[in-house]
Amino acid sequence: MQNLKKWKELEDAGNILDKGNNEENDVSGWRSFRPIHIREKCIDCMICWSVCPDNAVISGDGKFIKFDYTKCKGCLICLNECPVNAIRSEKEK
Amino acid sequence: MNLKELSNRKARFTGGHTLCPGCGEGIIVRAVLQAINQQVVVGCATSCLEVSTSKFPQTSWKCSFIHNAFENVSATMSGVETAYRVLKRKNKIKDDIKFVAFAGDGGLCDIGLQSFSGALERGHNVLFICLDNEAYQNTGIQRSSATPYGAWTSTTQIGEKHKGKEQFKKDIVKIAVAHEIPYVAQASPSNYLDLVKKVSTAVSINGPSFINILSPCVPGWRYLQMESIHVCRRAVDSCFWPLYEVFVENGVEKWKLNYDPKDKKEPVINFLRMQGRFKHLWNDNKDIVDKIQANIDRKWEELKKRCSV
Ligand SMILES: Cc1ncc(C[n+]2csc(CCOP(=O)(O)OP(=O)(O)O)c2C)c(N)n1
Ligand code: SF4
Ligand code: SF4
Ligand code: SF4
Ligand SMILES: [Mg+2]
Repeated sequence: MQNLKKWKELEDAGNILDKGNNEENDVSGWRSFRPIHIREKCIDCMICWSVCPDNAVISGDGKFIKFDYTKCKGCLICLNECPVNAIRSEKEK
Repeated sequence: MNLKELSNRKARFTGGHTLCPGCGEGIIVRAVLQAINQQVVVGCATSCLEVSTSKFPQTSWKCSFIHNAFENVSATMSGVETAYRVLKRKNKIKDDIKFVAFAGDGGLCDIGLQSFSGALERGHNVLFICLDNEAYQNTGIQRSSATPYGAWTSTTQIGEKHKGKEQFKKDIVKIAVAHEIPYVAQASPSNYLDLVKKVSTAVSINGPSFINILSPCVPGWRYLQMESIHVCRRAVDSCFWPLYEVFVENGVEKWKLNYDPKDKKEPVINFLRMQGRFKHLWNDNKDIVDKIQANIDRKWEELKKRCSV
């Protein structure tokens, strides 16, 4: 959490000018299971990217690059929807 | 449009929000913004989406985002869109900007219905989206007019006498169509590219448009969080949630069916059995299941007729 402003220092109308600053948050503590990508099996269909509610699949050039474990809450929808079982899960310690 | 192309577009909705793990709203909002791919101003009625993504002083939104009270997102966006049109006419704004209003089923079908209806009637160039998770999920799963027949909610309990909600869902799509706006559609995140296409169609049409989207809710519907997309698939394949569009031109409605499971149409029990909110229907209360099935079958036949299938 960034340093909070005093109320007198706040922008008018409760505006948030720092767009998308949720990106700084780490929600990994929400996770019980961690999805793990299996590169050899992946066909880069991007289904996991599309179904992730937390923007935790990082893609580039139309390909799966990696999971962003600071954003992943471990819902495992990606695992469930992957057509070629290229995602497995591991229990978080 | 395919997933690879969509994933190459810049994201304007970030993670790090506080929606539950597996929440449908996160999936849908990402899809909507990727589909629009141009300057957009978003308004959002108080709901899980609003509360979880714009918790002051933090936000998941990289585009302009306007917080609203529970009932008035359609009114706010009407005003914003009108101001834009005036400024554009006076040449003070050069860019093309799209406007989207998100509301939950409570915020759109119930308390916000009059502001929604007013905005449609006035003809504002705004895309209205209902994230229908079939209850007031943010405040603890109270029933709404969009809660389906037989569903448990915290205000439609299961006991000796009562077995969940005793009314059928309000048909908000038909209500929108009755305003004779140019474009109305129903979509589901399980049919992702269909949803994306509907959003692109909606923002390319001049005038108000409305898309009713099924939004799975883990604690409200009570299913395993990894099944969010799967549960929607059961809804679509049982025709509980058919996918269709309605175009209106010069007062003439053109209904189009986007998906027909044909002989793979599933019995609704497959959809009900995945969710704890229908637990009392899994093995007992067959009369209620029959009633739900009969209602689906009647509406499905009626829809096919309208779409001339
Ligand atoms: C006038 C008013 N009444 C009640 C509330 C409390 N409230 C906030 S969100 C909400 C329910 C939202 O339900 P819905 O629109 O279906 O969105 P969901 O949270 O299910 O996504 C309620 C009752 C409020 N904010 N304003
Ligand atoms: S869904 Fe599976 S195959 Fe497709 S990109 Fe993701 S990991 Fe790869
Ligand atoms: S487990 Fe859930 S949050 Fe994590 S990457 Fe997969 S879909 Fe996204
Ligand atoms: S309660 Fe339901 S709609 Fe609200 S954040 Fe959780 S899963 Fe999403
Ligand atoms: Mg709701």
